[in-house]
Amino acid sequence: MTSLVALLTDPNMQWILLGCILLGLSSGVIGSFMYLRKQSLMGDALAHAALPGVCVAFMITGTKSMFGFMIGAAIAGIVATFAISALTRYSRIKSDSAIAAVLSVFFGFGIMLLTEIQHSGAGNQSGLDKFLFGQAAAMVLSDVYTMAVISVVLIGICILFFKEFKLLSFDPGFARGLGFPAGLLDKLLMLLIVIAVVAGIQAVGVIMMAALLITPAVSARYWTEKLGVMVCLSGLFGAIAGLGGTVISSLGQNLPTGPLCVLCATVVFGVSLIFAPQRGMISKAIVRLNARKSLEQGVGAQPREERAL
Amino acid sequence: MGHSPLVVRDLSVAYQKKPVLFDVSFEVPEGKLIGIIGPNGAGKSTLIKAVLGLIPKLRGEVLVYGKPYKQQLLKVGYVPQRESVDWDFPTNALDVVMMGRYGRLGWFKRPGAADRQAAMESLDKVGMSKFADRQISQLSGGQQQRVFLARALAQDAQLYFMDEPFVGVDAATEKAIISLLNDLKQQGKTVLVVHHDLSTVTDYFDQVMLLNGHLMAFGETADIFTEGNLQRTYGGRLSILKTGSESGTILGVR
Repeated sequence: MTSLVALLTDPNMQWILLGCILLGLSSGVIGSFMYLRKQSLMGDALAHAALPGVCVAFMITGTKSMFGFMIGAAIAGIVATFAISALTRYSRIKSDSAIAAVLSVFFGFGIMLLTEIQHSGAGNQSGLDKFLFGQAAAMVLSDVYTMAVISVVLIGICILFFKEFKLLSFDPGFARGLGFPAGLLDKLLMLLIVIAVVAGIQAVGVIMMAALLITPAVSARYWTEKLGVMVCLSGLFGAIAGLGGTVISSLGQNLPTGPLCVLCATVVFGVSLIFAPQRGMISKAIVRLNARKSLEQGVGAQPREERAL
Repeated sequence: MGHSPLVVRDLSVAYQKKPVLFDVSFEVPEGKLIGIIGPNGAGKSTLIKAVLGLIPKLRGEVLVYGKPYKQQLLKVGYVPQRESVDWDFPTNALDVVMMGRYGRLGWFKRPGAADRQAAMESLDKVGMSKFADRQISQLSGGQQQRVFLARALAQDAQLYFMDEPFVGVDAATEKAIISLLNDLKQQGKTVLVVHHDLSTVTDYFDQVMLLNGHLMAFGETADIFTEGNLQRTYGGRLSILKTGSESGTILGVR
């Protein structure tokens, strides 16, 4: 316990903690819309596609600047989405296969570039291999500042466009009919995902980011039937994952933060899956049990009033 | 004024390489209920989607009250096919109906008390006000269809497009839709409805558009809904219609 207190009072640790919480929060919020639009896999693809983009950005600029990475990842993400939609449109390949194919090609290319960079011996390449799984401990104050700014921007955009994103997620055809540019909004969401992925590179790495985008959203869906509540819960779950991962990692024997964050998110998901009211497994089992009981007592034979309409 | 609610000139649409609609031209009179009839794959939904700009046109022109659709967004209401959305979305019936107000609200503005009021009234018109707080996946198919209709009503438009509103609904919903269509007509609004059931065409619609890739015929139901025209539109598939005794009598009534 004392070690935990010591940990939480350590200013360096506080920064890392704050960074991971902010990251979980914003990726949870954005991931909700991705999940509801049934584009979870797309988030995964964008996260993997970010790797070659980040590597190329590093090769060109020679520095590890967040902004350069973001541009690289955004371009790679755009190329990947184009590749996916071209594959689905001009071949007989279905979108899930197209996403899988593009994801692996981009990721493979990224790994190749990563190896190339490490062998080039430029001197300042150290830590680049941490792009894969992140290294939260290496976070410095300026990283946290950047992440704070990114979180505010991402969450701010989601608040601002809440109505539009909701409509786009539920009924894009109707949104377009009302005159909202569904295609542009769609690209904006993709861009937000790319930004979140890049923000997460330092802390959890590109691969783990996919899980932080989707798992909190899936968990949050179990607890509520209101979109606003779901988005907030998803952000909260993401923040919990960030917090839990960081604390456990610093308490344990040098365990990596990123994977621990993802494991924490998975624990939250497991709890939601089992214990959530109405949608959870226990609650569903109880409902089934009651239905069977009432059927045996002859009550179930009466149709419910709204079914009669 | 004096502009027709909808003028379509030489509209051609293709899904990727396969053409679906060929040079469709027509002009819709104001204040009529119009049924769009044709076999599967005839391009009925495609026609609506192309008019609304949901899918790209190969060529052609669409004028809503004399202007391009983009300038007349608030004058047009749309009821998509019920299956086009996932009803397991975290929201309730009232919230979906409120989406009909989004076009009026424009960017960033949130719906307020007036929008809530309008949405409740729309729900009431389709007999769904007591389901306002119901999660949408908990509604029956017919109730979901009525929520979609209420959303279109909340748009408070002049010209309505409805894509197969009668498909898979119960008798109560069918009745609710019919009385709603007649209400809209009483208010001088124009409604185009993609419809499948030939036996009810003469009861429901003032005018009929027969479509099968090309525009086969369009005009007053009594003049257009003839066996000869249907034969031309449906080709060999009309035999189904003839063997059905009910449809046979309907055709005889004409």
